Amino acid sequence: MSIALAPLGWIGRAVLTALGAVGRVTLFALSALSHVLRPPFYGREFAAALAQIGWLSLPVVGLTAVFTGGALALQIYAGGARFNAEAVVPQIVALGMVRELGPVLVGLMIAARVTSSIAAEIATMKVTEQIDALTTLSTNPMKYLVAPRVLAALIVVPALVGVGDIIGIFGGWAVTSGTLGFNPSTYLKNTVDFLQTWDVVTSLFKGCAFGGIAALMGCYYGMNSGRGAQGVGRATKGSVEAAAILILAANFLLTGAFFSV
Amino acid sequence: MITLDSVSKTFGTNHVLRGVDLTIDRGTSMVIIGGSGTGKSVLLKCILGLTPPDSGTITLDGQDVTRTDRDAFLARFGMLFQGGALFDSLPVWQNVAFRLLRGPQKRPKHEAREIAIEKLRRVGLTPDQADKFPAELSGGMQKRVGLARAIAAEPEIIFFDEPTTGLDPIMAGVINDLIREIVTEMGATAMTITHDMSSVRAIADSVAMLHGGKIRWTGPVAQLDSSGDPYVDQFISGSAEGPIEAVR
Repeated sequence: MSIALAPLGWIGRAVLTALGAVGRVTLFALSALSHVLRPPFYGREFAAALAQIGWLSLPVVGLTAVFTGGALALQIYAGGARFNAEAVVPQIVALGMVRELGPVLVGLMIAARVTSSIAAEIATMKVTEQIDALTTLSTNPMKYLVAPRVLAALIVVPALVGVGDIIGIFGGWAVTSGTLGFNPSTYLKNTVDFLQTWDVVTSLFKGCAFGGIAALMGCYYGMNSGRGAQGVGRATKGSVEAAAILILAANFLLTGAFFSV
Repeated sequence: MITLDSVSKTFGTNHVLRGVDLTIDRGTSMVIIGGSGTGKSVLLKCILGLTPPDSGTITLDGQDVTRTDRDAFLARFGMLFQGGALFDSLPVWQNVAFRLLRGPQKRPKHEAREIAIEKLRRVGLTPDQADKFPAELSGGMQKRVGLARAIAAEPEIIFFDEPTTGLDPIMAGVINDLIREIVTEMGATAMTITHDMSSVRAIADSVAMLHGGKIRWTGPVAQLDSSGDPYVDQFISGSAEGPIEAVR
């Protein structure tokens, strides 16, 4: 009897563990967002987070976007040539970059660069008792460490997505104009004429959601890190995995919500 | 006065504290001794509210610490952490003046810096250390910075968690003397946890020994050598033979 029921027990335990994790992350996110809205506000930490998440991520975002835009243009040109549709390259590059690749790639780059950095920094602070020190110095770690990073990500990642979209389109424009014989000004005119405001709005909204996910996962795993170097390593790895998966899942849900017919 | 009444704390199946009763009088220096893993740090964190106890009460001047205003309660404390716990991202002077740069005790920046440099001088560091980052300092210097941070806001109560761990004997002696001097001149209530007997003799007015999750013995430091308690005798002699198991 017990052997026959064991698999049910494993499934039950796995489900309960997963639900418990979802609950803990949800409570953490709600707590973080409530601290974003309530004083005291730490302006210096917020400015530092803006620079760290936004300004210092520009090179990696820009390079990712320009190469992706270029490759996308080449693929669409080559694929379109099979049925004489090479002319649609500007429109498809614009749509692909703005609606999907821009926000997702920027989100994943932020997960790789920023989530890992936040998780490692906060986890190290935890194992070296710096979080306890903050508390004894009458400073709430959720307000001092988490709220500035989450708010900065919510604001600056959409801006990064906007920059990534533009640079990605530029990548496609440069490749098609430089090597495929497209007229540069016609390419840009087609891009601008084809894109709709809604495309851009959804792109920026996705950036906001992905930025929030990336910062929250870094903070959550950092604050809940285990002991020692191994604990910091696990927190960092876990944060990037969770952020990447949640960003991709959120992208699917948001795309469904925005563009389902 | 800090009073602990039947304070217990369990982590999973590990019963760390099993009903600790202890009183620390105002203006005295109490040192808690005990072997590694006996719950000394947990006891200290329970008082500060960093780790809530499972049962029992902790009062400060008669008020239950769980029911007082948290910020006002913590404003009365300073703490020196075992590893210093200095903030890596801030220069030394901002570590020392952390409490003076934000929150209810906020001062103008230049004033906070002056206080920080004065406190650094008090612990034997020169003003040219103020703009360095913690990673640029030696272990002994980091301990001094931690001490300067603990006293920067002139707290009434100061906790020292293993203040000499990781230091050479001479630097440990310097830190012990500094703690004694500062506690005496500030008139602060001090609670130190350590297993370094030279610290105990330098810092303590009274001593309590934590063993098996309870206070095994408590009394003035002068009576430590004649306590008559075999656990205390074994601990202060550092003998492997006795009622305390050498392998725990």
